[in-house]
Amino acid sequence: MVFKRYVEVGRVVLVNYGPDAGKLATIIDIVDQNKCLIDGPANLTGVNRQVISYGRIVLTDLTVKVCRNARQKTLSAAWAEADIQAKWESSSWAKKLVAKQKRATLSDFDRFKVMVAKKQRSAIIAKKMKELK
Amino acid sequence: MTVAGKMRQYQVVGRKAGTDENPNPEAYRMIIFAPNAVIAKSKFWYYMHQFRKMKKTTGEILDCVEIVEKNARIVKNYGIWLRYSSRSGTHNMYREYRDLKLTGAVTQLYNEMAGRHRTRPRSIQIIRTAALEAKDLKRVNGMQFAKRNVKFPLPHRVSSGKRNMKALSGSTFTTNRPTTYFG
Repeated sequence: MVFKRYVEVGRVVLVNYGPDAGKLATIIDIVDQNKCLIDGPANLTGVNRQVISYGRIVLTDLTVKVCRNARQKTLSAAWAEADIQAKWESSSWAKKLVAKQKRATLSDFDRFKVMVAKKQRSAIIAKKMKELK
Repeated sequence: MTVAGKMRQYQVVGRKAGTDENPNPEAYRMIIFAPNAVIAKSKFWYYMHQFRKMKKTTGEILDCVEIVEKNARIVKNYGIWLRYSSRSGTHNMYREYRDLKLTGAVTQLYNEMAGRHRTRPRSIQIIRTAALEAKDLKRVNGMQFAKRNVKFPLPHRVSSGKRNMKALSGSTFTTNRPTTYFG
C-alpha cells in the first residue's frame, strides 16, 4: 500500500466539513499532526487563511509549487500557472460531485425524466445484446 | 478558574492604594492568561499578594488591557514554563506547542495538562512563555513539524463527510467493510 497523496506545503485539498465545505484550498503550512494552515487562495476559491483539522479536509492529487506561508498573491499566481481550477474540474472526482449536487436538486418531474431516459438507454443496450448473441 | 474555550492574554497594572505616608506607591505590571478580563484581574491579585504585600482591598488596578497577537497568520513554536500541583506535590514543567497565537498555545496547554495529568486550571501557574526558533525546540513532537519540507500521508482515514450519519456508511446495515485508504 504505497501512499501517493501527502500532507505537504502546496497540496490542494477539498474542504469536507464546515462553512467552507465543498471548496478547494491549499496547504501552506503544517501546524502539527492534527491540523494545518490552509488558504484558498481566498480570491479564487473563497476559503480564507485558517487553521483546519485533517479530519475536515480530503487530499487531492493536485499540488502547487509554493513556499511555506505563501502570500495570497504568490499563491494565486502559482494556481494560475499550474491551472489547478481547470485540472480539478476535468477530474472525474469533481464531475461526480457536480452530478451528486444536481441529483439532490432534482424536482419530481426531473426524476421522472431521468427514469424515462434510463429506460430508453437500457432498451437500446438490451437490443444490442440480443443482436450480439 | 473555569477555563471555557479560548484563553486571552491581558496586561494588568496595579498598585497598592495611595496613603498619606506613601501617596505614590510603585505600580506593578503582570501578563495574565485568562478567559476574560474579570478573571484576569482576579488572577492579578492572586499573584500579587503572593509576591508582594498587597491585596485587592488595599490596592487598585490601574489598567487591564487585552494583548492581541501581533501576527496571527503564521505558525510559531512556543515554549511555556509552568508550575503545577499534582496530587503528591508541586512541580515545575516545560512544554512546547506549535500554534498561530500564544493564547492558542496556552489554551492547548491547559487542555493537555487536564488530559495528561488531570491538572485543573486552578493548579496551574504559568511562569514564563516564549516564542522559539525551530532550532531551540527541545521536544521531539514539535521538532518534527518545524523542519523544512515536512510531508506525510494520512493513513487510515474516516471520511468526515459522513459525520452526522452512521460513522462509515450511509445505511445502518451494510455488507461491505468501509474503506479507510484514500491514497
